[in-house]
Amino acid sequence: MALLSVRDLEVRFSTRKATVHAVNQIGFDLESGESLGIVGESGCGKSVSALAMLGILPKAGRVTGGSVEFGGVDLLKLPDQKLRQIRGKDIAMIFQDPMTSLNPVLTIGRQLTETLEKHLDMDKDVAKKEAAELLERVGIPRAADRLGDYPHQFSGGMRQRVMIAMAISCKPKLLIADEPTTALDVTIQAQILEVLKNLTAEEHMALILITHDLGVVAGVCERTNVMYAGKFVETAPTAKLFSKPRHPYTLGLLKSVPRLDAARKERLEPIAGLPRDLRTLPPGCSFAPRCLYATDRSRAETPELHTIDSDDHLVACWNPVPDADIPERHSLEDPGAS
Amino acid sequence: MIKYIVRRLVLLVPILFGLSLLVFVYVRSLPGGPEIALLGERATEQSSEAIRKDLGLDQPLPVQYGRYLKNLASGNFGSSIITRQPVMDELKQRFPATVELGITAILIALILGIPLGFLAAKRYQGFLDHASLGASLIGISFPIFFLALILKWIFAVKLGWLPSFGRIDATIDLPHPTNFYLLDAIIDTNWKAFVDVLKHLILPAIALATIPLAIIARITRAAVLEVTNEDYVRTARAKGLDPSVVDRRHVMKNAMLPVVTVIGLQTGLILTGAVLTETVFAWPGVGSWMLNAIRNADYAVLQGGILFFALITIFSSLLVDISYAFLNPRIRYQ
Repeated sequence: MALLSVRDLEVRFSTRKATVHAVNQIGFDLESGESLGIVGESGCGKSVSALAMLGILPKAGRVTGGSVEFGGVDLLKLPDQKLRQIRGKDIAMIFQDPMTSLNPVLTIGRQLTETLEKHLDMDKDVAKKEAAELLERVGIPRAADRLGDYPHQFSGGMRQRVMIAMAISCKPKLLIADEPTTALDVTIQAQILEVLKNLTAEEHMALILITHDLGVVAGVCERTNVMYAGKFVETAPTAKLFSKPRHPYTLGLLKSVPRLDAARKERLEPIAGLPRDLRTLPPGCSFAPRCLYATDRSRAETPELHTIDSDDHLVACWNPVPDADIPERHSLEDPGAS
Repeated sequence: MIKYIVRRLVLLVPILFGLSLLVFVYVRSLPGGPEIALLGERATEQSSEAIRKDLGLDQPLPVQYGRYLKNLASGNFGSSIITRQPVMDELKQRFPATVELGITAILIALILGIPLGFLAAKRYQGFLDHASLGASLIGISFPIFFLALILKWIFAVKLGWLPSFGRIDATIDLPHPTNFYLLDAIIDTNWKAFVDVLKHLILPAIALATIPLAIIARITRAAVLEVTNEDYVRTARAKGLDPSVVDRRHVMKNAMLPVVTVIGLQTGLILTGAVLTETVFAWPGVGSWMLNAIRNADYAVLQGGILFFALITIFSSLLVDISYAFLNPRIRYQ
């Protein structure tokens, strides 16, 4: 049985004027120890899916359908009090901006120990020792001395390490990292990804890595789901996705990743047009208005995920990218941006 | 931190010096003069002149100011022109009365205002939110003396539940070592007096508390709403903490920062409000004393009273700055 099994998850945001269809019936399975990347543009519903699974959507958002089974229990049906016992303990989350994700008026130590005290019933002194060890593990020097420090006394990369230490403190079975490196500069990005990769391997944690950056998933994730307008449009083992992208949107994303080995005069190709307005969802493929491969059928009928090439490669497209159009150098070995 | 406090206290000297000059010039620019208050309709050119000479008011202003400063330096605030009592003696009586009233009012405003603002934010756009918005609008726009009169009429005159004037029943015998009557009653372990003093405090303190209460409730609401949307509150929720812990440890601790600032600003409002409230409830504090002094152009009393108002304001803002450092680790005073 899969550790996490999401089926037909649907999230809506109600504003006074309109309803935003943020997530539209997504589904996936995740085994323990597996790592999954979810990739897409800003606003495509990546983060909202994760928040919905944990039951911490912003006030305007609500789950309108589907199920999220974790260890055989549907999290969406769980009363909040029971869900709180899983949140932070079995499923932990790391957020995008380490600058704002830590409480500025509490010490790092306190923010670490409160999770340990809540979920593992540790008393204060034990929790403090454990907190120091956790900081040590994520590579913060003189950890014990820094427990009394406040977030503003740490650099961005160090703060993200603290966030990771907090997330792994109860040895979760699943770690969700939402754009963990986006707010950091490139060298720090690589370090943080390294820490994440090592820890999930050591603890046999499953990982969902949410990012807009294909370079980031390339080095870390076994599988990658590409998301557009609240739907998965392509899912494949990461290597296959990079070598044989079948959805025109995936191809577009790959072409817009900067590469160090590209010829000087080769320009990045942005995807034309703007992301879909999620207030209305007319029939047809959401990507059709921006797609070079769109057919009449794309504009009339919504495509569902179906296998292509092999059993583990699925795409939701009526007119997948033919081999001839796939540039050769998009190999996993050199993802460029990571 | 201690260095910072000492420096702030040393800064008091030039501030008070400048303030004494301002007050001195200001009270002398008031129309009329003490001789008119003293003599009234019987004033003649000659008797007025005699009194001005007697009080030293015929001297040039710089000379008068120099004499005033000299006295001030030796702790002598002068004597009331009307009662001939030393200003300091009267201040010792009246200053505690105003402070006792002001602190009670601030406490009422805090104890009611912070939970009210918090609940309004939790029920954002709900009935309680709208009701508290309406109530605080009324609270802010209601003239304080009018509210004081209405409170007095309902609870003292019509219902007879609470006394309508003064600080303590005249029949109760209580020694006054501190002139803070609540404190005096505790020192004397006279609980009957304690309850009576408390009863006298209730109406004026409520009248004085309404505006600060309304402001504190609104600021708390806005701060809680803002903090609730912060990323670190989401982090706290993602940790699986109980909602009450999230609110207490993560939301309120941050939301209190702007509230503390506002509390400091309320001190001035409390002092001006005290002038009106004390007059309506015949509260023997600095406020009603000053009002009389203005009527009588009682220069020495005005100068003394305003200096003390200024001292309170300065100390309360120092207190706010210090408590800020305890609440906000990003602020460290060197």
